[in-house]
Amino acid sequence: MRHDSWETEADRLVRLRAGDEAAFAALVEELHGPLLAFARTFTASRALTEEIVQETWLAVIRGLARFEGRSSIRTWVFSILVRRARTMAVREARQGAISAGNGRPDRGPEWSPGLGRVGLWDETPVPWHLDDPASLHQGAEALEVVNAALEALPEAQRQVVLLRDVEGHSSEEACNILQLSETNQRVLLHRGRAAVRRALDRYVRDGLRPVSRSSSGGGTEPGGGGEK
Amino acid sequence: MNCHETIDLMDLSLEDALPADARAGFAEHLDECPPCRVYLAQLTEAVRSLARLATPGRPHPGRDDLVRQFREQVKRNLN
Repeated sequence: MRHDSWETEADRLVRLRAGDEAAFAALVEELHGPLLAFARTFTASRALTEEIVQETWLAVIRGLARFEGRSSIRTWVFSILVRRARTMAVREARQGAISAGNGRPDRGPEWSPGLGRVGLWDETPVPWHLDDPASLHQGAEALEVVNAALEALPEAQRQVVLLRDVEGHSSEEACNILQLSETNQRVLLHRGRAAVRRALDRYVRDGLRPVSRSSSGGGTEPGGGGEK
Repeated sequence: MNCHETIDLMDLSLEDALPADARAGFAEHLDECPPCRVYLAQLTEAVRSLARLATPGRPHPGRDDLVRQFREQVKRNLN
């Protein structure tokens, strides 16, 4: 999932440590967008988001000489952001106005299968029957649905899903960046993904399906085609 | 393997990281349980859609200033 144009991570670190300005500028271009998106999960304030990212870059500049390369550079930069963001968002919250995070409690999954061996769900998932499954993740409207679902997640779930599924970090990297146990990270990831699936499900079944089909009655024939 | 256990393993299966001793049971459950099959397919689509939200690299308006600070820090490190 990474598109790293550098020969090796070690090579890149050597250049950065040697003061290679092109290597540093490339690092900034590569990570600035992802860092802004990630910083946004810590605070509702746009100004604070930018401040967090700026502070992160300054800490990266100061810390490069001491960075030993035990993790990837990207993981290291994201971890710095987490430390800054947690301190800064807490300080801001104490001063009033803006809440750190969206304050939603972390709920369990909204569905659960029954306790039987197979197929005993409380609410059986219904197939989507899309003519072209790719249309779902290529359509701008569906992506908006996914983005809204991501932003509505409780903070911890949103951070894990963003790192893992949007930015493509491994589970080990996500655990390091957020200081989470492997188990906790998995639970948060699954809950977040389940909520995104549910949002897509509502969109596909209530938003995409032509009205005439559901009103024409006759009911349950599975996907006779035709959803456009 | 039941539905619960299968669902717990779906995230691992999405990254091809199923423990070797769970693979047969996982596949067998999916074979005989349509709802889990549907659920896994939809979870897969959700994960694919999320990947499409990735923020592309883009010019940072403050980049030159950061590069300048980088240069100064490198000089300080040498002294």
